[in-house]
Amino acid sequence: MADIERDEHSGTDTTGHEWDGIKELNTPLPKWWLWTFYATCIWALGYVILYPAIPLINSATTGVLGYSSRAEVAQELSEAAAEQSVYIDRIRTSSLEQIRSDQDLFTFAVAGGRSAFAVNCSQCHGSGAAGAAGYPNLNDDEWLWGGTLDDIHLTIAHGVRFDDDDETRYSEMPAFGRDEMLEKTEIADIAQHVLALSNQEHDGEAAGRGAIGYSDNCAACHGENGAGDQFQGAPALGDAIWFYGSDGASIRTQIANPKHGVMPAWAHRLDEATVKQLTVFVHSLGGGE
Amino acid sequence: MTKVLNTVDTIDVEAVNAKHRRENYKSRVKIFPKRVSGTFRSLKWWIMGITLAIYYITPWLRWDRGPHAPDQAVLVDLANERFYFFFIEIWPQEFYYIAGLLIMAGIGLFLVTSTVGRAWCGYSCPQTVWVDLFLVVERWVEGDRNARIKLDNAAWSSDKLRKYVTKHVIWILIAIATGGAWIFYFADAPGLAYNFATFQAPFVAYATVGVLTATTYIFAGFMREQVCTYMCPWPRIQGAMLDESSLVVTYNAWRGEPRAHEGARRKDTDTTYGDCIDCNLCVAVCPQGIDIRDGEQLECITCALCIDACDSVMEKTGRPRGLISYNTVQNYAASTPENPVHTTLKSVIRPRTLIYTAIWGLAGLAMLVSLLSRDRLDISVLHDRNPQFVQLSDGGIRNGYTIKILNMLAEPRTFRLSVDHLSGATLALAGASDDATRTVILDVEPDNQRSVKIYVTAYPAYLSGDATSFRFSIVEENGEETAFYDAIFNAPSE
Repeated sequence: MADIERDEHSGTDTTGHEWDGIKELNTPLPKWWLWTFYATCIWALGYVILYPAIPLINSATTGVLGYSSRAEVAQELSEAAAEQSVYIDRIRTSSLEQIRSDQDLFTFAVAGGRSAFAVNCSQCHGSGAAGAAGYPNLNDDEWLWGGTLDDIHLTIAHGVRFDDDDETRYSEMPAFGRDEMLEKTEIADIAQHVLALSNQEHDGEAAGRGAIGYSDNCAACHGENGAGDQFQGAPALGDAIWFYGSDGASIRTQIANPKHGVMPAWAHRLDEATVKQLTVFVHSLGGGE
Repeated sequence: MTKVLNTVDTIDVEAVNAKHRRENYKSRVKIFPKRVSGTFRSLKWWIMGITLAIYYITPWLRWDRGPHAPDQAVLVDLANERFYFFFIEIWPQEFYYIAGLLIMAGIGLFLVTSTVGRAWCGYSCPQTVWVDLFLVVERWVEGDRNARIKLDNAAWSSDKLRKYVTKHVIWILIAIATGGAWIFYFADAPGLAYNFATFQAPFVAYATVGVLTATTYIFAGFMREQVCTYMCPWPRIQGAMLDESSLVVTYNAWRGEPRAHEGARRKDTDTTYGDCIDCNLCVAVCPQGIDIRDGEQLECITCALCIDACDSVMEKTGRPRGLISYNTVQNYAASTPENPVHTTLKSVIRPRTLIYTAIWGLAGLAMLVSLLSRDRLDISVLHDRNPQFVQLSDGGIRNGYTIKILNMLAEPRTFRLSVDHLSGATLALAGASDDATRTVILDVEPDNQRSVKIYVTAYPAYLSGDATSFRFSIVEENGEETAFYDAIFNAPSE
């Protein structure tokens, strides 16, 4: 045991530790510090008793309160769900038009639809619903299968060309080139006519020739003036919005060997209230009819 | 001096907080300040009364703002993010007014400190005011200094217990009232008072009252001068603000020394003594437990009670007042018993204090002008970024904007939103009828904001490239207030 001695200069005892003649003063801790330290010790003891604390081999002590952060999250989620259920129930029982005209319900549905869209739809349609080549832009005013609330609801619920759903939207444009229904020159002429329909730069002579071919082969679905037909999902050709490109080459390709988009039916994956919220959200993006 | 003097007893008192007695790790030594009366004590009573009255009465003052705003004159409405001060209402984005007030408070502190020293500490600091109030109670229950010391030293008895309980109960009641008054600044006072009494108030109200009750009781009842000496940053800041021309409570040693009590003077007639008769009354009345005769020190809050004490002794013994006085370091150094330099308010007027006054006044004036001419209507616009624009079937381009309109008046107002500098553009309000128009009429609730989604459609012929500048204008219907926001219209690049 080392010698504890009194330091003459400060009047404080030393701890008795000595390293090469250097001694350590045993300066007392400030009282407030000591009390705070004791208080934290007591607090820690209480914490260990009340909360999960001591790790065991496969688990940990559960604590007297039986607290777990997982249970807390579950609790918070169920509380949130309970708060939402008032709106969800009303959405389930209301018509789409009723939801749209009720300010509270509309706000809730748009917000809920936005988050459901981000999870389920944004992968193809984009986070801003602006689409991409082959995936329609949902903000604009042209609709392949109709832009009313009911049309949008049907499209979301049953999808497009989705084989597993009997009520799915279905149509298929013939492959005029691949199936050798039209000659290459005829297809080129028809493409010129389509460019003319949409007031784009075109070869007038070729377009004139193509008008006949268009009438015979295309007008049944796309309309004589290129107005399209939402009942068959035939896009309008006379306007400024193009699905697979507006230039002559893209149009020729689409006539010769058309692509057909597929959209899953969501009625099987999402509950009715969510599908309704998605419908109202998509309808509110600016192009709803 | 041959004049016969009244006898003044020397008080047996130690300046327990004098620097040489302040060891580390020493427990607090109780201080029993003696009652004193005089000019500064009266001033302190008045300031104590006025500050306490302001604190307790303010939340109960009413101010009519019409049916759409609360009628409490001073209200910090955290829930609705509004601050009301009589005719002024401040929204969160106008918080710079608070910053301005803080700047004024800072400069004001510089000004006060550089002129009259630590006047804040000595007169209006809540710690000082509440310690004073607690001391009033202590004196009323237990008597003045000697009685209190006697009681403190006495063994426990029924009398001591009764006084102890009485004092602490009154202290706790004052503490509860202190904490209780605070919460009324944050909600409708009468409603909250009723809810509080019937245990329907929110938990945070009880928690706040609890914490403030505890701090008031502990700080004013037990810690007292230790709060000033050890916890508060103010003395350090104020110490740095003082200079040789600032007023500080000063023992005029040039007049007082050498000091001696009357007995000593009678024995030693050869020495010429100063005016200090070493009665120690200045120490006995000091709430901070120091001896002002040790000079200027951090512990001194300049409450000036020692001035009153000393003046009363000087009068009683037929000497001129002012042995302890408000004085500047400069005048103190220049004074001799033959040529005392008198300190007046003029002593503290100098370029530094004039500059502080000017800055303080300018800041106040700037705030006042800005307050009187501020807008009560504001518009902010958030341009849709995804998608930046939408191609419409007829060749038009559509941009979406989220527009926030702030109606900062406590009355419902109607505004007309339109687009300038964008030819042929039409507006449509999302969610409403789809008809595009040139203007949109918007009702905004009183003292509230409204957020709307607006679609603007324009045609490429009128657009200049992929980004066209234009302006959203908003005009009050049947009013004159207007606001605008310069925005950009995006289109596909050629």
